[in-house]
Amino acid sequence: MSVLSVRDLTVTYHTQAGPVPAVRGVDLHVEKGEVLGLAGESGCGKSTIVNGVLRLVPPKTKVTGTVELNGEDVMAMKPGRLRAVRWSGMSVVFQGAMHALNPVQRIGDQIAEAVVIHGEADEKGATVRAGALLEQVGLPPRRLRDYPHELSGGQKQRVMIAMALACQPDLVIADEPTTALDVMVQAQVLQLLKELQRELGLAMLFITHDLSVLVEVCDRLAIMYAGKIVEEGPSVPVFRDPKHPYTRALSGAFPQIGDRRFRMAPSGLPGDPPFPGNVPTGCSFHPRCPLAFDECPTIDPDLYDAGPGRTAACLLVPRGERVPVAP
Amino acid sequence: MPTVSPSRPDVPEPVLAVRDLHVRFAGRVGLWQGLRGVKAPDARAVDGVNLELYPGEVLALAGESGCGKTTLARTIMGLERPRSGDISFEGKPLGRSTRVLREYRRRVQMVFQDPTAALNPRQTIYESIAEGLRVHGITRSSAGESEEQLVARALSRAGMRPPERFFLNYPHELSGGQRQRVVIAGALVLDPEIIVADEPVSSLDASVRGEILKLLLGLRNDLNIAMLVVTHDLGLAWTIADRVAVMYLGRIVEIGPAESVLTNPIHPYTKALLEVVPEAGGIDRPFLAGEPPDPTSIPPGCRFNPRCPAVASGAAAGAGVLAACQEQDLGLQELRPDHFAACHLMSHEAGFASAPPPPPAKA
Repeated sequence: MSVLSVRDLTVTYHTQAGPVPAVRGVDLHVEKGEVLGLAGESGCGKSTIVNGVLRLVPPKTKVTGTVELNGEDVMAMKPGRLRAVRWSGMSVVFQGAMHALNPVQRIGDQIAEAVVIHGEADEKGATVRAGALLEQVGLPPRRLRDYPHELSGGQKQRVMIAMALACQPDLVIADEPTTALDVMVQAQVLQLLKELQRELGLAMLFITHDLSVLVEVCDRLAIMYAGKIVEEGPSVPVFRDPKHPYTRALSGAFPQIGDRRFRMAPSGLPGDPPFPGNVPTGCSFHPRCPLAFDECPTIDPDLYDAGPGRTAACLLVPRGERVPVAP
Repeated sequence: MPTVSPSRPDVPEPVLAVRDLHVRFAGRVGLWQGLRGVKAPDARAVDGVNLELYPGEVLALAGESGCGKTTLARTIMGLERPRSGDISFEGKPLGRSTRVLREYRRRVQMVFQDPTAALNPRQTIYESIAEGLRVHGITRSSAGESEEQLVARALSRAGMRPPERFFLNYPHELSGGQRQRVVIAGALVLDPEIIVADEPVSSLDASVRGEILKLLLGLRNDLNIAMLVVTHDLGLAWTIADRVAVMYLGRIVEIGPAESVLTNPIHPYTKALLEVVPEAGGIDRPFLAGEPPDPTSIPPGCRFNPRCPAVASGAAAGAGVLAACQEQDLGLQELRPDHFAACHLMSHEAGFASAPPPPPAKA
């Protein structure tokens, strides 16, 4: 049984300009001990999926489909059960640790708060646990008494990770956890996340626009475009040998140093990602696709079988045509 | 004084040369300490930089946040005042003459990281681009083109075609990529020799980045504009740069042809920076520990020695240069053709008696 199982999820925001379908039918499964990477550009709906899964969407938003955590239907949970599941069943490492921490509370108290609220320990026990958690994320326990402003960006992100692990969740969702960090610190934080995930056997959903980061830490990748998943499969093959033209363009945006094909040859796509309220007909990628042909504007492709453990939503895939790999 | 210029005679004069540049920011202390008269040390953001930019070349300036790369770019633009050192443009020092500076500010243009912040939200695209012309009192080009023609040509060169369609748009009506094109058009309209671009694509979506980089590379190829591109992304440097300079704590520690620096780095810091570039297939490799260093307390000796893997592993001690690493500040040395690095160990291994002295700091 998957730790997280999302089937045919749609999330439609209610706005003054009319309904905006941000997520348009997404299936995701994360197994125990597995890291699934979700990649896509701004506005593709990747953060909306997180909000949909955690039921954190604004009122009047229409959510359909099923979300199951360890087989339990999240959509049907009563508020009390939902509150219990959030953080102890699934927790989130948010982007921008600098804004997610309370500036006027010591970090030890912030970590302990979740432990106490979920009834896992009394205040004293929670402080001990907070110290142990800090050590686990590579900070000395004496930093418990620090305020957030006394920590660097990387250290704050480590505190966020400690908080996410406080109630021993089965699933950790990491939403752009390293975007605001410097390159060197980013590598350290990624390494820490990966080590903890392995050590604790966590299921993890890792979300970022940076495909190169995902390839490094994830077992499987799902690529999103305009509210849908367009390609899914084991991470290295998806990155190295993409089946969908969009994945190919995205992986071309993260050149391998030393690879002659990228030298003095930046590659990108014409145009811009579509606005969620105004998605093109047929395959939503066709206006930007270098390989589009006459059927693309009318047929919205399903995810077709594209090799062992892989799927891709491109009409070229069932025709057996290979997407050229070179940028 | 070590020279950073290539030794080949066929190389043209640099269009821009920076000599022994030092930029400091006043240190800050808390209220209590301030009242007690405690003085904080200055942040030595740029601490002795020599740099040359040749006509039509793309030079990438890389390093961690806080290494001084943005301060260096801003100082070159005249947005920060250097403590000491010279900047010369086309062989002539800039000095303080208003007329010279005015001309310089027309011919050296900057492209900022975030186009949304760089454009005035209440100005139309036409106004945003024409503003540069008006500031410099240009009503017609030397070829007799009107302001409107100049704006149209700049927009179309930046890939906004047909340009007239965008004249009356406001920034919020454009996508991120289009906004960055408008910012680039604003630089192009003044017909610059140099563009200084500070992280020109890091705020853009991945699929849009390539097109903007293509545009910048095209400007270099078609108009022979020299570019200084500040970036933390070495993959980007690999895609567009002719030369790469790596900065650490206010100083350039390695500079050379992009292929040589990126595929065969000399300095241990450059090696560490390349180590953190994400790789397909796992993250289990050693990274440099610790936080970005503090420019208010630059360590004595080689400024990288407290974090240097060659010092930690004993390689420096084994070669007998450990004392130099810890006590002797140093400058760049040409260890391969056109490829310079500031490292006691690597100078020693290349057969030099010692590394050269650092660039002089004037009070």
